[in-house]
Amino acid sequence: MQTLTKLGYNIAGPVLALIISFAIGGIFIAIIGKDPLAVYSQFFSDTLGNAYGIGQVLFKATPLIFTGLASAICFRAGLFNIGAEGQLIIGAFCIAFVGNVFGILPAIFLLPLCILAGFIGGACWGIIPGLLKATFGAHEVINTIMMNFIAAALVNYFVSNVFFVPATVHTPDIVPAAHLSRLDFFFESFHGAPVNLSLFIAIGAALLLHVYLWKTSLGYELRATGLNLNAARYAGIHVERHMIGTLTLGGGLAGLAGMNFVMGYKHYFELGFSEGAGFIGIAVALLARNNPIGIVLTSIFFGILQYGSLTINTIVPKELANILQAIVILCIIVLSKVIDRHMVRLQKQSVAAEVHA
Amino acid sequence: MLESILNIAFLAQSLRISIPYALPALGATFSERGGVVNIALEGILLISAFATTVGVFYTESVLVGILCGISAGILTALFHSIVSVTFKADQIVSGIGINLFALGITKFFCQLIFNSSSNSARIVGLEQWTFLPALPILGNPFLFCTLFLLLISHFTLFRTRFGLRLRAVGEHPEAADTLGISVDKMRHIGVLLSGAFTGLAGAWLALDQHSFTDGMAAGRGFIALAAMIIGKWTPIGAVAASLLFGFAESLSLVLQEQSNVAQLIQMIPYLLTMIILCGFIGRATAPAADGIPYEKESA
Repeated sequence: MQTLTKLGYNIAGPVLALIISFAIGGIFIAIIGKDPLAVYSQFFSDTLGNAYGIGQVLFKATPLIFTGLASAICFRAGLFNIGAEGQLIIGAFCIAFVGNVFGILPAIFLLPLCILAGFIGGACWGIIPGLLKATFGAHEVINTIMMNFIAAALVNYFVSNVFFVPATVHTPDIVPAAHLSRLDFFFESFHGAPVNLSLFIAIGAALLLHVYLWKTSLGYELRATGLNLNAARYAGIHVERHMIGTLTLGGGLAGLAGMNFVMGYKHYFELGFSEGAGFIGIAVALLARNNPIGIVLTSIFFGILQYGSLTINTIVPKELANILQAIVILCIIVLSKVIDRHMVRLQKQSVAAEVHA
Repeated sequence: MLESILNIAFLAQSLRISIPYALPALGATFSERGGVVNIALEGILLISAFATTVGVFYTESVLVGILCGISAGILTALFHSIVSVTFKADQIVSGIGINLFALGITKFFCQLIFNSSSNSARIVGLEQWTFLPALPILGNPFLFCTLFLLLISHFTLFRTRFGLRLRAVGEHPEAADTLGISVDKMRHIGVLLSGAFTGLAGAWLALDQHSFTDGMAAGRGFIALAAMIIGKWTPIGAVAASLLFGFAESLSLVLQEQSNVAQLIQMIPYLLTMIILCGFIGRATAPAADGIPYEKESA
């Protein structure tokens, strides 16, 4: 009974946050003199009403699954990784670099090598704040923010001076052997939608992370570190090792998000391609309460928001997506606080009732 | 090389670049001394720059524009303080949410008002407001305003009862609460002050550029935050670090004309912040209760 109530509250919070967000979004639509219901009905019919729309949604959702996992695993260890954006662009750049420079390799070697490059690139960007936190106690929030800017400056430098196609802001193409097939290759009805095999890699990563967190002793230690650092330390857990390892793993996951665009869609790295996916990953993780499987679902929801607002761009500026995403974030953190407080009160009441009985 | 740095234009350029770092950094000292981390500075800058542009566009008055900027800054900061102080939600996440919100809402209304989501129309600037027509940047009222606010901030934080209470709330909220200081009220004021300062900086950005462009804050809010950290949570230190960053950026602009490593030089403020956070150049210690929501023990 108790767990059922808890589950109910866990679902009620996000759902309520979504309803409030769409209501506030509706107010914005009404302000500019459009009919919110008509806009929303087009929004949903264009995104979920046909296979092409669904393909677009899944394409938008894929990088968010990776960045969501990157945030969630760090949250679970009690760390705040705001660096997914930087980890993502470094990872994506590494993929584009390896996919081009090692072009002579056959696909069977090149594909894993590219994926590995993305992971390692992101992981490098994650391990630095991890090391600084573990050795100097330097706060990972500030450091990951700083690393985002350093990543942007570095990649900017490379894409405008070293590794680029003249007169563009992108790198040379990766070779065809490094391409990940689009799903319309397998399912005709997705025709034209850029959703590609990296979606399945993302889902696979979510499943692996689920197993890691709840079925391995390392995952147990990680969660213990996040729940109570000192208790974990006294229990003999190497909490510093988990700080470094988790930020590295998170960085690597965020780095993999680059696959979707570089290997599955445009086949090159382009400045500004990420559209803030690193930051939205934080919202994705929060909405899913840091549950890996939940993250797949909330990513799809954010994918609907992103693609949906593109489809209604002629009626309402597409920036509605950013506004809705932001309101979801603010609502979810306020609501989860309110609900948590309510739960504590309920618990106290039931304990009090038991004592009196 | 050297003569391109050692001249008055270079100095003026550095000061001009420093203003939008120094003002939010000053504001952030109030917010953080009170115990609230404010990474929403970036979004506040953006919204207030937009509000200033719209204000000037409709009234042709710079003063109205500045007031619009400051009000928008305070209003946006109010969001942050309601979420993080009233509801005790996570301050970092709230800041991220507000930054995302700012990015969307400014483009949304830019599209509606100016028919383009990336640029506004051109607005009048501060040309007629300078004290030194020969050197408009050094005669700039914002420069004097920043200097004045620096002195006021330092005095307020360290020499007044309000400052003592604000710092008490950020260091040891339980103790402050016991003494009858309203923790939430002080924290709200700290956050709103940071909104007002940042709003002024946003007004400067718009007036200096004569328009609004999407994402024009361009990381300045985060650099300001870094400046405040390097300045060890003090107004004087925050402004000094802002000047340092302004100088570095000005240098990178000069170098941009001569070589292609400018983007690499732009990393300097961020690298410096990370190095300082490690404690290599003196320990930078945050207020003890910075970033931690204060929840009274419920009876």
